[in-house]
Amino acid sequence: MAAILGGLSASALAFVYLIAGILFIQGLRDMTHPRTAPRGNLISAGGMALAVGITVLVTDILSPVLLFAGLLVGAAIGVWLAVTVETTEMPQLVGLFNGFGGGASALVAGAELIDMFGTGAFQVGVTSTAALAGIIGSVTFWGSLVAAGKLHGVVDDSAVRYSGEQAVKALFLVLSVLAGLHLIVRPNLLGAVPLAGWVPSYWVLVAAASILGVLLVIPIGGADMPVVIALLNSYSGLAAATTGFVLDNSVLIIAGTLVGASGLILTVIMCESMNRSLANVFFGGIGEASESGEEMEDIYEGNITTTSPEEVEMTLDVADRVVIVPGYGMAVAQAQHAVAELAELLEKEGVDVEFGIHPVAGRMPGHMNVLLAEADVPYEKLRDLEEINPTFSQTDVVIVIGANDVVNPSANTADSGPIAGMPVLNVGEARTVIVNKRSLSPGFSGVPNPLFAQDNTNMLFGDGKETMQELVNIYKENH
Amino acid sequence: MTFVQNLTFFVLAAFVGYEIITKIPTNLHTPLMSGANAISGITLIGSVVVAGSGSTTLATGLGFLAVVMATVNVVGGYLVTNSMLDQFRSSDDRRRGD
Repeated sequence: MAAILGGLSASALAFVYLIAGILFIQGLRDMTHPRTAPRGNLISAGGMALAVGITVLVTDILSPVLLFAGLLVGAAIGVWLAVTVETTEMPQLVGLFNGFGGGASALVAGAELIDMFGTGAFQVGVTSTAALAGIIGSVTFWGSLVAAGKLHGVVDDSAVRYSGEQAVKALFLVLSVLAGLHLIVRPNLLGAVPLAGWVPSYWVLVAAASILGVLLVIPIGGADMPVVIALLNSYSGLAAATTGFVLDNSVLIIAGTLVGASGLILTVIMCESMNRSLANVFFGGIGEASESGEEMEDIYEGNITTTSPEEVEMTLDVADRVVIVPGYGMAVAQAQHAVAELAELLEKEGVDVEFGIHPVAGRMPGHMNVLLAEADVPYEKLRDLEEINPTFSQTDVVIVIGANDVVNPSANTADSGPIAGMPVLNVGEARTVIVNKRSLSPGFSGVPNPLFAQDNTNMLFGDGKETMQELVNIYKENH
Repeated sequence: MTFVQNLTFFVLAAFVGYEIITKIPTNLHTPLMSGANAISGITLIGSVVVAGSGSTTLATGLGFLAVVMATVNVVGGYLVTNSMLDQFRSSDDRRRGD
């Protein structure tokens, strides 16, 4: 099938790509406010449709059936995944999509190399950027699959560590870089020996980078997944941008770079929220310094006050200001609707209710915000760490639901340990703290939480959803 | 286009991206990530080119696989972002309706 718009000049095509690039930028700009964000997403999707549409029209398609079959199959899988996903499964789905983008970039670079070597042409610009796209794309694909697997519970989500770990990772990095150098240099050094048509060194590179992708994410534990997902997001953008260099395509470079920047900024925000460097997340190994169970019992022994939904209802009855602090446990228990209902009931009685959201609560950036939005909590009620922390001393009741490390006061005082120096929500400054958890088990960091033993803390043990629903029912009966 | 021209796009886009994305509130970080993720599916363009015009069977096959993967990324990414943002919008509407 000849190109439908084969007569379109190169500059006209570049112009259409420019418009698509502008639409992507405007789409992201609209993301700065919840009211304009849905429009932004549509604009961005429009840019994508324009860019892909014009590409299909101007390309000489040798096998149209195959191409359209690919588009249809991909679209069907995409729609099916997007429609059937539960809100709690959102982090792994985003991770999975991400991996597919990176994987596609690696394959495109490989196919382009095969074409190029097939015609006997050789450009250092193409081979070097193809090598980069291959490494970044393969790491993104396999890293994302492992991350999604951990989030979905099909891969062990603890930090899997072994001796010589860094050396093994370095080995595969060096291997993939060497294969890339071979790809770039060989035709110049040994011009007489042409590279085989299927470009073997590229696939060595892909294999080594794939193993590297798996090895990089395997040792990282579940609670660090927001950082990993954000960083892989950045990688998939960079993979697309480098593919743009390979194909000499401006819109790929612009769009890919925007995504790269976005992912990197989110990564930095997540790392700062944990007071850890990116290197520490990837190589540091949280959980190693976890303290012994005996020490935990020492802290909790005789100092734990338990409470019941009935008592909590009475406490709430005399409160003027309540702050709710959700954590990953709320997502696991699917308690967001019950929590939102409780907040609404309290508001109706004239209580000032706000939500304190820690930046790394949950398993992806902004995880709690999405869950609470799903439960129809107005976004004005959601306060971030800097906004909510000064208000705890004027707060009557704080309800902590399924959060642990992000409210651990020892982060402020400890000199060492996995969470030392991490900014936390200082809920202990409130008059009364209600902590809803299933047990006293430590959070992801493995560090005991002195908050639970504090005089003004009452433990409300039980499943998040059931307990909150019970509380809602009791509150309704009495009002 | 030369490598330097491509590099120009890259550097300028990086600055534009930085300026815009630092202005996006924490509330919207998940939709941002998922929306940006959909944009990274732009690699679909490259997939279409190599799948459509691949000179060898191997290149065409790789292109086909790349088209499937990139399309999943694009279509799924935009749909998921849209449904997420709908939830933000509905809570906003309700608040104004009260």
